[in-house]
Amino acid sequence: MADPPRRPRDSGDPVSLATAPAIAVETTLGPGVRRDDAPLTPSPLREFWSDFSQNRGAVAGLSMVIGLILIAIFAAFVAPHSPIEQFREATLTPPVWQDGGTARFILGTDPLGRDILSRLIHGSRLSLLIGLISVTLSLALGVALGLLAGFFRGMTEIFIMRLMDVMLSLPSLLLAIAVVAILGPGLINAMYAIAIVLLPHYVRLTRAAVIGETGKEYVAAAKIAGAGPLRLMFNTVLPNCMAPLIVQATLGFSTAILDAAALGFLGLGAQPPTPEWGSMLADALEFIQRASWVVTWPGLAILITVLAFNLMGDGLRDALDPRLKR
Amino acid sequence: MLGFILRRVSLVIPTFFGVTLLAFSLIHLIPGDPVETLSGERGMDPARRERLLHEFGLDRPLPVQYADYVWQVLHGDLGTSLTTHEPVMKEFLILFPATIELALCAMLLSVLVGLPAGVLAAVKRNSVADYAVMGVSLTGYSMPIFWWALLLILFFSVQLGWTPVSGRIAVEFDVPATTGFLLIDAIRSGEPGALRSALSHLILPSIALGTIPLAVIARMTRSSMLEVLREDYVRTARAKGVSRLRVIVVHALRNALIPVITVIGLQVGLLLSGAILTETIFSWPGVGNWLIHGVLSRDYPVVQGGILLVATIVITVNLVVDLLYGVVNPRIRHG
Repeated sequence: MADPPRRPRDSGDPVSLATAPAIAVETTLGPGVRRDDAPLTPSPLREFWSDFSQNRGAVAGLSMVIGLILIAIFAAFVAPHSPIEQFREATLTPPVWQDGGTARFILGTDPLGRDILSRLIHGSRLSLLIGLISVTLSLALGVALGLLAGFFRGMTEIFIMRLMDVMLSLPSLLLAIAVVAILGPGLINAMYAIAIVLLPHYVRLTRAAVIGETGKEYVAAAKIAGAGPLRLMFNTVLPNCMAPLIVQATLGFSTAILDAAALGFLGLGAQPPTPEWGSMLADALEFIQRASWVVTWPGLAILITVLAFNLMGDGLRDALDPRLKR
Repeated sequence: MLGFILRRVSLVIPTFFGVTLLAFSLIHLIPGDPVETLSGERGMDPARRERLLHEFGLDRPLPVQYADYVWQVLHGDLGTSLTTHEPVMKEFLILFPATIELALCAMLLSVLVGLPAGVLAAVKRNSVADYAVMGVSLTGYSMPIFWWALLLILFFSVQLGWTPVSGRIAVEFDVPATTGFLLIDAIRSGEPGALRSALSHLILPSIALGTIPLAVIARMTRSSMLEVLREDYVRTARAKGVSRLRVIVVHALRNALIPVITVIGLQVGLLLSGAILTETIFSWPGVGNWLIHGVLSRDYPVVQGGILLVATIVITVNLVVDLLYGVVNPRIRHG
């Protein structure tokens, strides 16, 4: 816990440098830090929350995301039926408020007689998991490559950044499809594909932030104090590059969920009987005229989830981006 | 100016070779080799396998194979489709106009609606209109377009019966494909109703494909306009007595357009991504549909060639946008 004091990311002017370290240490270390020089400015975390909570859309997005996470965690308790149990006597039952609907299947059943609500609830697990795994994978690799490019410059940088340019020249879904073409269709491979699609954004952001930070005095100070390259990279510079990465990661969730659903829809992602929202849509396509509810609900679930992450991401960006403050 | 162009073009060349490397490795990363795919389940005797490998040049060192591949690509030879046995390049050229037609209409729609909507939201900031535009565009931005397309079909084609469900033109019209752009071909054919039929087939796919670019353009226009409206020269113009409309359109919008144009250029990749989904749903005979069929039927030359061509288009369009940007903004040219 003996890190050199960090400079808060949002103080661009050198004047605030004097008071800054105490603030940063306090929030990152939590309780037990000295409070004798209590800061006059609110702590960054509190300041962030007050900015974030002013944005009603952002708070709505956050609540929706928390709600989704709770539904996903407690899916087995919330869902009225099993997501794969087929009620053969009740295929294509309409939702409860339509003629012929029953309270047993609130949102109706699919062509195989599976309860749509239960499948949607279990599907939320998959969508969040896809988002979490592909964003984490991509972020870890992207930050590592971005740090390498930003620190070592020269040939390393040229090689990494050219590679990212190549990846960016492919439309995202096409790149994902190319990866799936190599690895073969399936949920896990779809996650890898999406992680690769997201990668260039994290690499570029990290590299740009690292290059912006390395010229600053606190990095020189850490270097003089004898910090090695790894310590400089991960302990000194990286924490100060986090703001854009957090925003991008949140927005990455929505891209991941959307692309995974698109891959599922095209038959290249999750395979039946997995209750993944995109593949649920694809399975129901031929029944669209007879039973519109089989396509309405999964799409709505995707839309709401993606919207929630986008709202939250926009709010985070506004709250974390110092340029937009005041 | 020439120096600027040369600099930008020289930056693109390594990217292009990177894409050829990617397309080349695609074939080699797939488990098994093309000969194995050809032999199918029954297997093949080793001597014949050797001969075929030699025939395809697959027994040579990889760098030689790559150089050979690039040589062929530069001569426009992208191999032969495994399913139709037609040259990949030929198939692409036949299907590409359909995709351009769809993408252009989608783009036109998104600019025509997105730009005014963004300006309106910025000018009437914090009004009901602003919230409505921002709400709709955030929803559009988050929209799974394959689902959106289905909803459009469900409502306009199935419920109301206004538009056809799929295809480019009704079967009774036999329009000769001279340009490949059906709207133009339909006008040239002079058949009564052909253009109407082509248009009615085009409208829903264009809306579906244009939704996300529309949302992005509206958001970008709004934030860019908000920034410009704060500028001193806008206040000066108003103070001089220039009418409000004229200030917005002539003074503000023109300056706000620069970032918007960049964003419009960046939508090309997005449109081609979206075209894959839109074309699949509307059975639109374009490049996206063709690529998905290629992937699903493991037609690797098609996938390889298609990826290379699409990436080349995106790279080229981005280059052109970049160059145009330099023409518009001298600071970039000399930077």
